[in-house]
Amino acid sequence: MNTSALVIMLVTMFMVTGLTVYFFYRVLNAPPKPEPDSYLDNDDEPGRQPMA
Amino acid sequence: MSANKESWGSRVGLILAMAGNAVGLGNFLRFPVQAVQNGGGAFIIPYLVCFLVMGIPLLWIEWSMGRFGGRFGNHSTPYILDTMGKHRLWKYIGVFGIWTNIAVAAYYCYIESWTLSYVVHSVLGTFNGMDQEGVAAFFNTYVSIGESTLGIPLEAVVFYVICLLLNTWILSQGLAGGVERVAKVGMPLLILFGMFLAYKGFTITAGEDGAINDSSVGLNYLWTPDYTQLWSPTVWLAAAGQIFFTLSVGMGTIHCYASYVRSKDDIALNAMSAGWMNEFVEVVLGASILIPISIGYLGIDRVTELVQSGGLGLAFKTLPFLFTQWGEVLGAVAGVMWFGLLFFAGITSSLAMGTPWMGFLQDEFNWKRKSAAWSFGLIVLVLGMPTVLFFHYGVFDEYDYWAGTVSLVVFALFESILFAWVFGIDKGWREIMSGSDIKVPGIYKFIIKFVTPLLLLFVFIGALITPKGNDWGAALSGNWELDDSSIIKKLMNTSLHRQIAEATDPAVLEHLQETLFFVNASRILLVAVFLSIAALVYMAYKKRVREGKI
Repeated sequence: MNTSALVIMLVTMFMVTGLTVYFFYRVLNAPPKPEPDSYLDNDDEPGRQPMA
Repeated sequence: MSANKESWGSRVGLILAMAGNAVGLGNFLRFPVQAVQNGGGAFIIPYLVCFLVMGIPLLWIEWSMGRFGGRFGNHSTPYILDTMGKHRLWKYIGVFGIWTNIAVAAYYCYIESWTLSYVVHSVLGTFNGMDQEGVAAFFNTYVSIGESTLGIPLEAVVFYVICLLLNTWILSQGLAGGVERVAKVGMPLLILFGMFLAYKGFTITAGEDGAINDSSVGLNYLWTPDYTQLWSPTVWLAAAGQIFFTLSVGMGTIHCYASYVRSKDDIALNAMSAGWMNEFVEVVLGASILIPISIGYLGIDRVTELVQSGGLGLAFKTLPFLFTQWGEVLGAVAGVMWFGLLFFAGITSSLAMGTPWMGFLQDEFNWKRKSAAWSFGLIVLVLGMPTVLFFHYGVFDEYDYWAGTVSLVVFALFESILFAWVFGIDKGWREIMSGSDIKVPGIYKFIIKFVTPLLLLFVFIGALITPKGNDWGAALSGNWELDDSSIIKKLMNTSLHRQIAEATDPAVLEHLQETLFFVNASRILLVAVFLSIAALVYMAYKKRVREGKI
């Protein structure tokens, strides 16, 4: 590949991949909100039920 | 009380469903062609700038509008917009958010059915032994509802109905049990298939398996930057248009998905994650398959000629032939992966298109989920059959142009004005930030208020009065002759009338006259559907008044 094409391709691909991974990582590591939240998957966890 | 008790299963599921909604066939078929035609590697600069100043703001606008409307029990755009603007007309602007989806689903499911059919044909080895003309002829026969290699009469219709039934059944299972489950399976598979094909795209060697070029030739062709193109408004319009269509903004599906998110839960990070996931699929995977593989086997001149007719031709008329060069087994595997990934890209988008209509019926007329899903399937079937039966008469293209292109820009322009100027940027900003897991840069307040609506206006005007040959220099110096692709000339059927006037062959003339009839009939049908939905919105309004909700 010629240098200019290689540079622009690699910079673009690494940047886009990096940002995709970064934001998805942030989602996976965000602290869960207390129940009731918008999602069904953790509704049975006693520690995350609304306060009486 | 609304019958709508839907909910998302998990946050990751919601993001995958949103990303699946955005990731479509255009990521693999439209983006590389646009890049090649608009400056190669230099295209990525306006493309990413448009993503930052138009794509991301629109994602935040739509996510926050949806979540805001959902707080009042609204899960489709007519009454989401109604909660944000006091004027009664806003709910009729919101009709775009249902109409677009129904009309786009009608033809989109047809393309989706091709991918399903081509997966079957790849497994059966239909394309083995065919030359490139044979593969292209197979496609033309297929869409002409002609002969069937499977022995099924009306094969294209059968696959279309199967595809619709599949969509409808999944929709009838609900958000968590249907849409989200498909996204959780489909998106990882799509990325896996894409990575395999991208690897093949990067490792083609001239002289092996019939290849005439190394991968580097195709990658050079796609990525070599022509910086002089950066001064062309056409390139910026193309970049803005690509960002627009790839993110599925201006459709009403994001509003609908986000309306099931509670106020205290994040939308800002979710939107970024889903948006960048779409960019990964488009820029990293999409750019590494179609063009490098095609050029590896066909050469630059042939591919330059083929891209003029768009990515669909390359995908269905060319790649199946190229895959057979890799041998029977690997060719079949590559075919299944290529059409499989297109199928997953398609179905995760078409499922999203069903949800606004379903949400509307559930909210306003207390329909049950299953009835709403089947009504969607039935309407799409009725509206979609003309695109299947009269594919060669321009019906498909008319749906794509008015519902899948113009309508998106119009609706996004309206919603950006509503959000930033009617609802108010201060309230809008609070909505974006509510429950946010990231700090949104303050500059976006300015961008959402001024830059995004102006850019959308620029895109709309650019499409409305496109100058002849996209020569903006000549147009701005006073010689503004409209191009046949401008909205105004399209509306007047200028190109078609010219072709009719110039036609000498009676068979061609008859075909063109029939095309003109079907083009106009398609428009009437689309307008009728829009007015019918508007009438339902009016009935819902009267019902709300009777029930004392307004």
